[in-house]
Amino acid sequence: MSVDLAQCGALIEALPDPALLVSTERRILLANAAARDLFGAPLVGALASACLRQPEAAAALERALVALDSAAPTQPQEARFIQTTPTRESVLRLTASPLAPQAGLAAVLVSLRDISHVEEAEQQRRDFVANVSHEMRSPLTVLAGFIETLKGPAKDDPTARAQFLDIMEREAQRMTRLVADLLSLSRVEGEEKVRPRTLVSLSEILRATLAALRPQTDEAGLTVEFRDLPEAPSIPGDRDQLVQVFHNLVENALKYGASGNRIEITLDRLETLPGVNGPVLKACVRDHGDGIDPLHLPRLTERFYRVDGHRSRAMGGTGLGLAIVKHIVNRHRGRLSIRSVRGEGSTFCIALPIT
Amino acid sequence: MTLSSHIDHSFDADLDRIREAILAMGGRVEEAIALAARALDERDEDVAQQVIVGDKAIDALEEDINTQVVRLLALRQPQATDLRMVVAVMKMAADLERLGDYAKNMAKRVAVLSAGAQIEGAAPAIRRQARQVGQMLKDMLDAFAHLDVALAEDVIARDIEVDQMTNALFREFITHMMEDPRNITACLHYTFIAKNVERMGDLVTGAAEQVVFLATGQRPGERAKGASTASIGLPQE
Repeated sequence: MSVDLAQCGALIEALPDPALLVSTERRILLANAAARDLFGAPLVGALASACLRQPEAAAALERALVALDSAAPTQPQEARFIQTTPTRESVLRLTASPLAPQAGLAAVLVSLRDISHVEEAEQQRRDFVANVSHEMRSPLTVLAGFIETLKGPAKDDPTARAQFLDIMEREAQRMTRLVADLLSLSRVEGEEKVRPRTLVSLSEILRATLAALRPQTDEAGLTVEFRDLPEAPSIPGDRDQLVQVFHNLVENALKYGASGNRIEITLDRLETLPGVNGPVLKACVRDHGDGIDPLHLPRLTERFYRVDGHRSRAMGGTGLGLAIVKHIVNRHRGRLSIRSVRGEGSTFCIALPIT
Repeated sequence: MTLSSHIDHSFDADLDRIREAILAMGGRVEEAIALAARALDERDEDVAQQVIVGDKAIDALEEDINTQVVRLLALRQPQATDLRMVVAVMKMAADLERLGDYAKNMAKRVAVLSAGAQIEGAAPAIRRQARQVGQMLKDMLDAFAHLDVALAEDVIARDIEVDQMTNALFREFITHMMEDPRNITACLHYTFIAKNVERMGDLVTGAAEQVVFLATGQRPGERAKGASTASIGLPQE
């Protein structure tokens, strides 16, 4: 049986993933557009090892080529393949499948699939576990240390005891907050796909949140200005979660923007917003503090990402506040936007669809 | 391949086998460098051990290539392009073997560096430096596989970036050592590693010059040199 290579070429050309046909002489017979994209150089006629020289990939190809000669059923061989360019590193899964004898051509089809996103997700999960353990460990270390001191050297020292108990209380509260935040994050994530249906009033939620935070804003000596939107329509939302969103945003403004002495909260209606269908209500929390270096902005909503880790912990931050905000806003099919200028302050805006 | 084929097809097959062997060796060295830098950055002694053990396979491949080359020289008396190819391959095999040794040396320092004082930012910086050299090695091997002179020349030009990174690292390590004498052990190890990676860049550049020679029959011209670490003194107060 004769094989029309041109026909095979047209066939693999149509495949979306990079694919190469390798002969028993270890030369590339055919390569599709995706493969040319991946490897760059002229491929047809070149040695397979010109592009598949990574030990694991080369071994998989070799196993497949050997399988061609044996009578045994031909199993596809798999390997990890790492493609580096000056700008990024992608991880691909390489599959080398020996062609069946009926093909009339002794060759191996090598195909590659980009699995970088899978690996990245796995990395994020590992980072998360490492971060949680780290965040839990530091207050625990403090607690254990002071318990030891209270049992020993400071046993009969009432001044030290009172002081230590205060610190221990603070650390215990920090851990409680962390656990509470972790729980609410996991709850929000769990129902992120379910859009809330009940109608709520953003004006009322904002007023309630500000009232609840009044003692703290007064203590910090901050002026809070709320510019309400009269006759703002009700929107589908989860009241408790939206309270949490604004609580976190105002609290952040309080912690990190307090040097500006003033927080402004505004509520507006926009008829269109890119990426959202229909009109939206946009609530903004603006502080006049130090602002955030633009370098940090893209990563602000990452879990445990901190602009200044030391300062954030001193303020009692868990590093999860904005991650929770992001997930809640996602659940409401809304948009979170952050604008910040160094020395002028930051503005955090939430846009939620009205319908 | 732009190389013309011979009347005797087994000669072509012999040349192909040598090319394949050098590419396979290059693939192993690429992996060894990436793994050694990863082991250092992630303080993973298992991965480091893997590199140390894997170096034997690289050495064996060099032996194998040398045997094949000598056999080919004796039996076929290659001429012109073929001769250049054989000579270039032999030199490249020696360069790749040295690269493997440097990767192994880096891996050997992982244990002591994981245990001692941590120098902030040192391991990630070494990893970046090693990644730069790894990318040069990859491009050099691609240039060899496809006889791509422009790519080989690009590799040669990029060596200066590795030199600059090395100089910056030297300054950083000196600062760390001056700050706290307890950093000296770790910083000395890091200094050796950085210097070795810089040498790796030189070796890759040398191999890229072989590729240019192989493809054109000409030696590449004089190349620009980065400032050498030989002139780095104590930071001025």
